[in-house]
Amino acid sequence: MTVAKIDLEKLQEEAMALDKPEPILVTYWKRLRRHTLAVVSLFTLIAIVLGVIFGPIIMNQMTYFNVQKGEYVNYGRDIQDLASQNASPSAEHWLGTDELGRDVLYRLLIAGRLSLTISFAVVLMRETFGTFLGSVSGYYGGKTDTFIQRLTEFIIVLPSLPILLTLASITREIRIPIIPAEWTQAVIIIVILSALGWTGSCRLSRAMVLSLRNQEFTEASRALGMSNLQIIIRHMIPNTLAPIIVSATLGLGGVILVESALSFLGFGINPPVATWGNMLQDVQTDMLTAPWKAFFPGFFILTSVLAFNYLGDGLRDALDPRLKL
Amino acid sequence: MAEEMNANGDNGQSGDTRRKVIIQVNELKKYFPVRSGLLQRVSAYVKAVDQVSFHIYEGESFGLVGESGCGKTTVGRTILRLLPATDGEVIFDEQNIFDYNSSQLKQMRRDMQIIFQDPYSSLDPRMPVGESIAEGLKVHTKKNSQERFDIVVEMLTRVGMRADHARRYPHEFSGGQRQRIGIARALALRPKFIVCDEPVSALDVSIQASVLNLLKELQADFGLTYLFIAHNLSVVEHFSDRVGVMYLGKMVEMASRENLFRNPLHPYTQALMSAIPVPDPTMKKKRVILEGDVPSPLNPPSGCRFHTRCPLVFDRCSQEEPPFKDYGDDHYAACWLLEQGESTRLPGLTWLSERKEAQLKSS
Repeated sequence: MTVAKIDLEKLQEEAMALDKPEPILVTYWKRLRRHTLAVVSLFTLIAIVLGVIFGPIIMNQMTYFNVQKGEYVNYGRDIQDLASQNASPSAEHWLGTDELGRDVLYRLLIAGRLSLTISFAVVLMRETFGTFLGSVSGYYGGKTDTFIQRLTEFIIVLPSLPILLTLASITREIRIPIIPAEWTQAVIIIVILSALGWTGSCRLSRAMVLSLRNQEFTEASRALGMSNLQIIIRHMIPNTLAPIIVSATLGLGGVILVESALSFLGFGINPPVATWGNMLQDVQTDMLTAPWKAFFPGFFILTSVLAFNYLGDGLRDALDPRLKL
Repeated sequence: MAEEMNANGDNGQSGDTRRKVIIQVNELKKYFPVRSGLLQRVSAYVKAVDQVSFHIYEGESFGLVGESGCGKTTVGRTILRLLPATDGEVIFDEQNIFDYNSSQLKQMRRDMQIIFQDPYSSLDPRMPVGESIAEGLKVHTKKNSQERFDIVVEMLTRVGMRADHARRYPHEFSGGQRQRIGIARALALRPKFIVCDEPVSALDVSIQASVLNLLKELQADFGLTYLFIAHNLSVVEHFSDRVGVMYLGKMVEMASRENLFRNPLHPYTQALMSAIPVPDPTMKKKRVILEGDVPSPLNPPSGCRFHTRCPLVFDRCSQEEPPFKDYGDDHYAACWLLEQGESTRLPGLTWLSERKEAQLKSS
């Protein structure tokens, strides 16, 4: 019997070849794929995003018969059709029309652009800021920590709704150059919501960092000569990312809801600029006669909030190398 | 090995002039403030390390033993400036490391490294181990990622791991493997001096030996000097050239391994020795049982800190602190009996020489 010779070097090379570095995103995708609900949510969100970007563009090429004008016109949010107010869904208006005879589907898609932009922008800003500040606070401890935590508490105790209302009405007249007038309010809302909303992720990341900084790998990094900032960026923040991503995705839905509430109260984005929130304004009266006006914006809010949550859940598992899926 | 590296200048205080002192620790103190009350005022200090002096020769492995809470880990961290010292000095390369400016400190970080006790928390769980190992290279060198990777592979193979392990995450490895990765990380910068903070105490006994042997091999290959912190005396006896014994923040005895294990001077050291298990069931063992607990380092006993538990205690012990001095042959101890020229031998102790014989017989 002959014994096969084992060429260790060759085995090593083969192992290296087999173990080619897979792009990290591919790994994440493979892991995310096992979370069915998250994948469904991801595709739902992609569909919503593509829909709100391209939907209005396509619809602008399509025409319908405007009863009031007695001619075929493009779908467009400013085109009213008082002759067919609160029309139920039909071949011409898939999701019906509102009290001014405007196409609900078109307005929903346009509104989605703004609502999603606002929520992404707010969450991105406040999570970034909050995570960084929280990591600094937890890592340095002492006076820095005390100062940042007192600041956080100060912002938390501020009654947010009155502040939002006040700020929104104070800043109503502000016009920011460059940005189109109809987006100015959106920018202001983004700034206000970010400025008041970073406290959650700040506390979350601080709590994580408090336990991380006492672990030996932090000390090892210091022994290797890394600066505090490098340690925070390379070790602290990546390790806090899992809960931050979950809180961010939960937050995405939350921002849509807050923006809806503000707009509903008339302090957010004002008509005729549409958001999912302000489309729900004044629909109570028509709930029984034209339920599509309430149902579809509500459905979009619900769907996207739910999808963000499930996606966040899936991402948390996918991004954590410790969890074996 | 150390003898070959003849000193160009013996800057230590030791009587041995042949060997070069790489680290000289003088009266090192580390007090941790205890805050209490509403205003968080400092009400007391935990004297974790109190006026500890010792020196380590180049190329040797210096063992530091003592029970938990005696300050041995704190000594290790303070020497590396991972903790700020309260007082005292640590001379490395003829300079006090506490006076280093930031660029000197950076250079010091290259020369002095640490291996940790807990292999589970000493690696960042979210970073592939190769990156963890390359981290020091990133900070200190201008090598590009390919060059860094080559060094990582070299280090991994050197500690008995495979090159393809570099891209895996810490959770994919066992405790022993992680400890090897931790060693590779410490070695990547080619330091001169490594603090091994109980590197094997968290490992399975079967793994301990292999990691210890690895450390020995590396010491020979890279010309390393170790400060080996441990509480397992057998491990220290196997591993160290010289040994220091700490009790409650104080160094009580320091000697070469042979001197310490054959002829322990301090009563505390003798009591420790008698606690080493002997792998011979037939051998009758007499142990020195110390009474009571280790006093709190918040409020350490006056005089000799060991006097509350010492079987040989007499008046002077509680009044004055015994000097820590050389009693011949580089054998340091701190005990009033020695100072007065009396015997410190504890009655009823089974002597180590006998135990050694018993061990030899059984093996």
